[in-house]
Amino acid sequence: MLTLELCVAGVMLISLIIYMLTGGADFGGGIWDLFATGPRAKSQRTLITQAIAPIWEANHVWLIVIIVLLFVAFPVGFAVISTALHIPLTLMLIGIVLRGSAFVFRTYDVQSDATHRRWSRVFAIGSIITPVMLGITLGAVASGTIRVDVESGQVTTDFFSAWLAPFPFAIGFFTLTLCALLAAVYLTLETDDPALQKDFRRRALIAAVSVGAMAGLSFILSANGAPTIRHGLASASWSIPFQILTGAVALWAIWTLWNRQFHLARILVPIQVTLIVFGWGLAQYPYLVTPDLTFSNTAAPDAVLRPMLIVLGVGGVLLVPAFWYLYAVFKGAARKTKQTEEEIGP
Amino acid sequence: MTLTDVQLVHDGEPLMTDLLAARAQMAMSLAFHIIFAAVGIAMPLLMVIAEGLWLKTREEVYLTLAKQWAKGTAIMFAVGAVSGTVLSFELGLLWPNFMAYAGPIIGMPFSLEGFAFFLEAIFLGLYLYGWDRIPKYAHWFSGMMVLLGGTFSGIFVVTANAWMNTPTGFSIVDGKVTNVDPIAAMLNPSSFSQALHMTIAAFLAVGFAVAGIHAYFLRRDPDNLFHRRAFAIALSVGAVFALLQPISGDISAKRVAKYQPIKLAAMEAQWETERGAPLRIGGIPDEDAEETRYALEIPKALSFLAHSDFNAEIMGLKAVPREDRPPVTIVHFAFQIMVACGIVLITVGIIGGWLAWKHKSLPTQRWYLRCVTLCTPLGFIAIEAGWTVTEVGRQPWVIYNIMRTADAVTPMPNLVIPFISFTVLYIFLSIIVVILLRRHIFLSPH
Repeated sequence: MLTLELCVAGVMLISLIIYMLTGGADFGGGIWDLFATGPRAKSQRTLITQAIAPIWEANHVWLIVIIVLLFVAFPVGFAVISTALHIPLTLMLIGIVLRGSAFVFRTYDVQSDATHRRWSRVFAIGSIITPVMLGITLGAVASGTIRVDVESGQVTTDFFSAWLAPFPFAIGFFTLTLCALLAAVYLTLETDDPALQKDFRRRALIAAVSVGAMAGLSFILSANGAPTIRHGLASASWSIPFQILTGAVALWAIWTLWNRQFHLARILVPIQVTLIVFGWGLAQYPYLVTPDLTFSNTAAPDAVLRPMLIVLGVGGVLLVPAFWYLYAVFKGAARKTKQTEEEIGP
Repeated sequence: MTLTDVQLVHDGEPLMTDLLAARAQMAMSLAFHIIFAAVGIAMPLLMVIAEGLWLKTREEVYLTLAKQWAKGTAIMFAVGAVSGTVLSFELGLLWPNFMAYAGPIIGMPFSLEGFAFFLEAIFLGLYLYGWDRIPKYAHWFSGMMVLLGGTFSGIFVVTANAWMNTPTGFSIVDGKVTNVDPIAAMLNPSSFSQALHMTIAAFLAVGFAVAGIHAYFLRRDPDNLFHRRAFAIALSVGAVFALLQPISGDISAKRVAKYQPIKLAAMEAQWETERGAPLRIGGIPDEDAEETRYALEIPKALSFLAHSDFNAEIMGLKAVPREDRPPVTIVHFAFQIMVACGIVLITVGIIGGWLAWKHKSLPTQRWYLRCVTLCTPLGFIAIEAGWTVTEVGRQPWVIYNIMRTADAVTPMPNLVIPFISFTVLYIFLSIIVVILLRRHIFLSPH
């Protein structure tokens, strides 16, 4: 039955998916900034910067939405996660601070190559730390190694064992490859320069294969590292068709990249990422922090959830058109015309 | 922060207790973020005025001004956004027991803040990068949305803080929170006064800081139209909000007097409960001897200011046991600093208005420009001091009279490590921001 807390959990999962598709791609941009190579390294970096600049701050807010929903709707879950995973979350925050500030500093600092390179390095490192630590956090939450005394809501396990393990790290790097894939695929359509398109096509293919490898590795490690999730992913009635669907979309995406059907790839890859995150969400259900905390045993009272869902509904009516307008202006059809005008321009 | 909290380094003993490290990290993160947050709230107003004047008059200088201000704002906003993210996580990283308890109760303002901040970030992207991409009035509208988003974002966050001072909207039965009413919690007795005082403070501080920077250039280059226009807009904003601030200060003081009498006693270093209590200017509180020395006392003024009655009773610090008192010296000094900065800014604002009225021109007398230049940091000092009053004055409680700060802290050991890490990181960021702002703001376009 669809309880209020499950509605909130659903909104959190949708927000996480949107965060991956938007903010995740921004981190991916940082990864490709680090691996910008060849004669077009500089134009690759410029393209990444132009693509990210107007939207990264708005994309970043999805993470704040998730964290606010978590502490309002599942307060004990938030307390437990931030206690047991204090270290990876702190590292993630340092990544967030470095990424955001280095990006804006690079834009406004002197435009010498040395300075530019220095900020690029910081921006890239921040862009890598953040999704890896986010993935480690999600992996640790799923792993079943964080134990909680449900009565008092206090964590009974230590501050390292839950995340300092192969499975959370596999999820961390899995997340990183997803970000890299999204960014590379989006970037193929951010430029009209065939050479740059070629660069990012190659990067997208490498990332797509890495995603497959990390998915496989994560699945293997889940046998010991996250048995509950493994059970959900391998044995539930919905899971096998779901896995096949995800795999098929992934292969189709690689096929389109191979054949330079970038518009199609830009539709398929986000679908692939959505399916992966959504599949994880289904396998995670009903646990918020496996195995002691469920969505229902940590939920705030309905008196809190009901007005919050109303706020989410009303706020969404304002937010969605605004977010859409932002993307229409900077990523829509108008962008291309504008760029052409700038090139022709006076 | 009493001395008993501190473990000095001795034979490898920790430098700080974990509680002190957690409090220091939270305080440092807030002190850092609040500067950027205030700029993010108030700069859009200056930009919207400049751009509006451009749309109206088509004078190119206003467009140059709006674009110039937008550059500084872009830097400040980015650092504000990431340091704000740090704070939202630190609530759990440092105070998990507080959040497990309070999260749902203060969820309403935090959820609303999420939306306000979202709109701010979206329209800031459109504003900063959309100059040539969206219609002129859509661009100006984006600026208005950034202003509204930023202002409401600040109001909602302060509302959540107000609840920590005057918690309402729930009841405790057998040690468990029940009957949560998120709306009643949001509309707690301190919400209006605190949100009003902080919002005005942001516009006031930023108005005077920007006016101060342009005043500095006007002394060297008195006919520069760019700086004249910038100075006129920024000083007007600063002065108008400076005149409003005493009203909100009065509302705030009366709220504190009514709902947090011990905080008021610490602000005024008032030890004895008495009728017709004096207002103290200066003075050094002695927390061991429980008395305040060397203060200039204005008879009965505190009773009047707090309760509109010269003979009203004011509760003294001695009314509660020592362990329930906030650190008096810090709160008293911070309060004095805040009020002093405020009085200076109000005076400078009034003089500016009088000069402008008398000479029917921009007050660019050299001595006045020097005064405004010297006032550049005062609004921000007042903001920091004011937050010290409200946060340290609430101690030893994280939720006033309900949960002690010591009971809210995480069991995580070695908190001194993240504290030092974030401190080093923020010092580094501050240095870079100052260098970049110098590069972009200290310019004199003609």
